[in-house]
Amino acid sequence: MSTQLAPEAPAETRLKIIDCDIHPLLRNPRDIRAYLSPVWHEHFDIYGNGLRQPFAAGDLYPKAAPYISRRDAWPPSGGPPGSDLDFMRQQHLDPMNVEFGILQVLAPTGANQRNLDFGAALCSAVNDWQLAEWMDREPRLRGSLTVPQDFPEAAVAEVRRHGRSGKFAQVSVTQRTLEPIGRRRFWPIFAAAVEHGLPLGIHSGGNAGHPIVPGGGWGSFYAEQHQAIGFAMQAIVTSFVMEGVFEEFPELKVVLIEGGFGWLPALTWRLDRLWERMRSEVPRLRRPPSEYIHEHIWLTTQPMDETEKPRQLRQLFDWVGWDRLLFSSDYPHWDQDDPRWAFPFRMSEAERQQLFRGNAAALFGLGEG
Amino acid sequence: MPSDILAEPETGASATIGCIDCDLHPALPGLKALLPYLSDYWREQITMRGIDAMDLALYAPRHPLSARPDWRLPDGRKPGTDLGALQRDALDAFGIDLAICNVLYGAQIVMNQHFGAALCTAINDWLAAEWLDADKRLRGSIVVPMQDPEKAVEEIERRANDRRFVQVLLPSAADMPLGRRPYWPIYAAAEKYGLPVGIHAARTDRFAPTCVGWPSYLIEDHAALAANMQGQLLSLLCEGVFSQHPKLKVVLLESGVTWLPSFMWRADTTWRALRMEMPWVDRSPIEIVREHVRVTVQPLDAPALARDGRDPLPAILEQLGAPEMLLFATDYPHWQFEGDAALPSGLPADFVRRIKSENPLATYPRLKEAVA
Repeated sequence: MSTQLAPEAPAETRLKIIDCDIHPLLRNPRDIRAYLSPVWHEHFDIYGNGLRQPFAAGDLYPKAAPYISRRDAWPPSGGPPGSDLDFMRQQHLDPMNVEFGILQVLAPTGANQRNLDFGAALCSAVNDWQLAEWMDREPRLRGSLTVPQDFPEAAVAEVRRHGRSGKFAQVSVTQRTLEPIGRRRFWPIFAAAVEHGLPLGIHSGGNAGHPIVPGGGWGSFYAEQHQAIGFAMQAIVTSFVMEGVFEEFPELKVVLIEGGFGWLPALTWRLDRLWERMRSEVPRLRRPPSEYIHEHIWLTTQPMDETEKPRQLRQLFDWVGWDRLLFSSDYPHWDQDDPRWAFPFRMSEAERQQLFRGNAAALFGLGEG
Repeated sequence: MPSDILAEPETGASATIGCIDCDLHPALPGLKALLPYLSDYWREQITMRGIDAMDLALYAPRHPLSARPDWRLPDGRKPGTDLGALQRDALDAFGIDLAICNVLYGAQIVMNQHFGAALCTAINDWLAAEWLDADKRLRGSIVVPMQDPEKAVEEIERRANDRRFVQVLLPSAADMPLGRRPYWPIYAAAEKYGLPVGIHAARTDRFAPTCVGWPSYLIEDHAALAANMQGQLLSLLCEGVFSQHPKLKVVLLESGVTWLPSFMWRADTTWRALRMEMPWVDRSPIEIVREHVRVTVQPLDAPALARDGRDPLPAILEQLGAPEMLLFATDYPHWQFEGDAALPSGLPADFVRRIKSENPLATYPRLKEAVA
């Protein structure tokens, strides 16, 4: 019996989905204060965020919609999209038959704070908030354990604090780091993730002061910033591989979230070619980059690479590997992918199971595998 | 190979130009070679201050990519500095009828804009006198100072009547993204004189080479040049450079080919969602790229077999959807391929002919003058 994505289909024929990117939000930005260590309350009240961007609030590149969100995702209870669990159940978890959903908290961000101590406290608060208001209330949800990557000691402590709770699917660092994520200063975080049996998730976004045209400066438009999520992911994969992170941590699994995947084949081919010529510069590597990439990197599907022809999308899947792609919706954001329509090509029942559920179940240890 | 790729081009081109190399690199032996082409002021500055270290770190002479082992000069001289070797190893070895010389040097990168402008002028004079005059097969790209767009336009105008200069050469990084308006006079001048704008992979270190900071290794810098070119192409598209300059051709040099299809798809998706930000972009970036953008085939960044066990190149070419986009290059003396395998084996003869001859002739109007 083949499974279906249609919400109106009979329950027994409906495909269970693991959604690897759902965005919860505070109802009010000040609500995080209740989870923040009291020693930071005064700092929070007076100074608040200390990010690398010139505006007191908002983004250097204004987004496409308020809260980057779907117009129909505002909960009737008030509050911004993503802030009401009941409405999330009604609008997304139930109709899409989400068996498990993995949360990604984009704001507030502890990981991009310039004040490292405040950043660490904010990461802890965000993790406690996820636990109390989301995972403890909804067994289908799992958190992303957000850590301050620029303060590895605090990051490791945070992994130890929650890493065995079973409520967090992965350790989470920001995409836009001060230095490429493979560099040595970050290795204690990888060791802690491996020790706790957690993948490392990297979700697009953030700002550490490096411009969106790689090596070339600051573009003018949100459209450029939006596509630069893939430019950043290319540098991240390159860094993990060339630093030898996967030689040092053979059990480390990395999940690239909301960065697309269409760029990966060409990058892999490019790295293999360069490695043939320049391997003497990176003696820690013992195998071609493509092998490390295939073994250690997973990618979520949203925002979908929309090829001109459906079979070209299938070709991309074949090149990246069906075992490495994880369905994600990005609910409730403006460019979210609907599982019913985002994959306009034929796939076998086995492929469908892998993409929507099996790969994520195996990677994160969810459900019955 | 899909049949539409093999279709005959509409424009007839002469069969007398069989092979055009669209990217090769004569190299300056050092700054001293430019002294005869510089003013007294700059001669004195260079001499008095002992300035002579403007080779690019990306292609420092000993790095593996800077020269194929069998193209290195026996006496340890800098690769690319010997006309005889270039004639023997590149022009004669590949049966090249015309070759476009792209000089990579610190002139376009040095911080002092006055120095940069003086050096660019000197390099173009040096190229004309010591290379283009010496071999009729050679053509030049006009090196322009990105530090000062007004001076860049002056340099294009100074050079435009020498029909052996067939292109304007920009580095793939400058003080701001290449699509930004201060650079538009350069594109206007290029369009006016029938010169494509070649953008060559470069690292200028005004900014970190990646969106996530400074990597540890040179191999990462080279890897990052693909995303660097993606960002620059996106800037040109979003800012409306092609809307403003409908006859402009941009040639992406030495930054890979296989990233282009997925780049175009993503740019199209983003444009459909966010075209409100750029109302001057009135059609899909996919169409614009196919019409305005050309790319040299060194490096292709395509393996013999992809993860699905098949040669990915036919699929990539089909996705690219515009066989006229590809231009032959040896990238001499850089190390991109072995032996005479400048193109992957198995390409149909007609397609090879297009890459080597018809596409370059259609891209660079001035090359056709050699046919007449």
